[in-house]
Amino acid sequence: MAENYNTSVLSDIPAQEEKQYSYLNLGPTHPATHGIFQNVLKMDGEIIMDATPTIGYIHRAFEKLAERRPFYQITPITDRMNYCSSPINNMGWHMTMEKLLKLEIPKRVQYLRIIIMELARISDHIICNTIIGQDVGATTGFLYLFQYRERIYEIYEEICGARLTTNIGRIGGLERNFSDKTWEKLENWLKDFPPAFEEFSSLLERNRIFMDRTINCGPISAERALAYSFSGPNLRAAGVDYDVRVMNPYSSYEEFDFIVPVGTQGDTYDRFMVRQQEMWESVKIIKQAIEKIKKEPSHIYRADAPEYVLPPKEEVYNNMEALIYQFKNIMGETDIPKGEVYHCVEGGNGELGFYLISDGGRTPYRLHFRRPCFIFYQAYPEMIKGRMLSDAIITMSSMNVIAGELDS
Amino acid sequence: MEQTATEDRIVSVIRENFSSEVISVESPYDFLTVNLKAGKIIDIIKFLYEKEKYQYLTTLCGIHYPENKTIQVMYQLHKLTENKRIRLKIALPEEKPTVPTLTNVFPAANWMERETYDFFGVIFEGHPNLIRILNVEEMTIFPLRKEYPLEDQTREDKNNDMFGR
Repeated sequence: MAENYNTSVLSDIPAQEEKQYSYLNLGPTHPATHGIFQNVLKMDGEIIMDATPTIGYIHRAFEKLAERRPFYQITPITDRMNYCSSPINNMGWHMTMEKLLKLEIPKRVQYLRIIIMELARISDHIICNTIIGQDVGATTGFLYLFQYRERIYEIYEEICGARLTTNIGRIGGLERNFSDKTWEKLENWLKDFPPAFEEFSSLLERNRIFMDRTINCGPISAERALAYSFSGPNLRAAGVDYDVRVMNPYSSYEEFDFIVPVGTQGDTYDRFMVRQQEMWESVKIIKQAIEKIKKEPSHIYRADAPEYVLPPKEEVYNNMEALIYQFKNIMGETDIPKGEVYHCVEGGNGELGFYLISDGGRTPYRLHFRRPCFIFYQAYPEMIKGRMLSDAIITMSSMNVIAGELDS
Repeated sequence: MEQTATEDRIVSVIRENFSSEVISVESPYDFLTVNLKAGKIIDIIKFLYEKEKYQYLTTLCGIHYPENKTIQVMYQLHKLTENKRIRLKIALPEEKPTVPTLTNVFPAANWMERETYDFFGVIFEGHPNLIRILNVEEMTIFPLRKEYPLEDQTREDKNNDMFGR
């Protein structure tokens, strides 16, 4: 029988076929990427061999826009960077301007800002952590904790009237004082959030399935994280205790008692746990700030610098001085000092920096945003190489990549 | 006072090792800024990285000065162990802005340099993948240069004396 086979055909087929890879588009609009960015994955079966990220799908040229906008009109631009924690971006920008103008901000305003910023941090971390849960299949926590995020948005609403793109505060203070209703909502939130958060933590933190799924998934060493200029929770998860609030305190953070949680191996579980712990610390900071505010005169909510701070509207309509200052501010008649300022705040994702060059005009000469997402996202291919596709998804959600901040 | 002492030290260290490279030293808003000649910038950063432990690249960006016909590149480094920051600036000619890449020292510089190339057209020699990052690939201009105004300059319904630059 065997002699009848035409063996010459067989010899044409190489002993081992050349390895074939398949290419998979993860994104641009994939529900699991939670934002508009594309990754072209080179796959060997279920294993990722390489990834090529493409970003810029929602690029809006903020740095160019800022060169044509008066300083007080740049705040709404910053909202749209990390839109999960817009108030931190707003405050960061106000503080940059205050640094340039050398404005002294009253203590009460600083504490009010801290309350707002820490609420924003919690809402940012709620999104990130519940979505990690969602992506591994634990939907309950996502739906449960989002109620409390909603209530944070209601507090923003009381303070400034907006929810997502807040434009909260003004250069030199806040636009209005906290109302009684704000305080009431804040008190209620502080009462209701910890038990709910405790429940959420007990669902996931020591959950065997969740731990098996996330431990050792998408790890990065401290050395690599620093080489890639990581910052924020992602760097701290790798074991480096760099927190801008502690290293370069702003807005009186040095007076507060809180710890900087760090992880050990920089994997998805560590990033999750660092954020969990940070939320507890934020609650602690808010409580301390409320205590401190009680000792301050309750009518102060802005710096006493009329040449730079927009006056309240009712004064503008009834008071000559205020009208003059309103006009001068809006029409750019105030003298802005020349200078070069770098100010950074601890955003939801890490060191959010504002590099401002002022040439004395009414708009910045150059404004550069140091966006933490943009910088650490480039390590993503390295973190997912050799891992499963489903690991890549939760690695991305645990890095908390926000498309708005990524693309500016 | 301690802060200034160390800053002076790092400036004198740079001066000692790269005396011909330093153009000027300033400290706007307490941020140590060293203006350097473009030639040995990578050697200086490497030196700061290895000998002085400035091992964190905070950011990197371009600035266009059309009146001097230069494009500046700003590097901002951070020494996390002592919490010291330094800003290094170099000026490149507008027609042919070329500087060696920093990616061999800091992998994080990869996308930052791509962004700077994308917006200012600065060529980072030796960069592994110097293509546009945020703008579309078909774009032929470098939009953050000052010669490209944000709005259509032929518009007549808007008076620029009143609104912005």
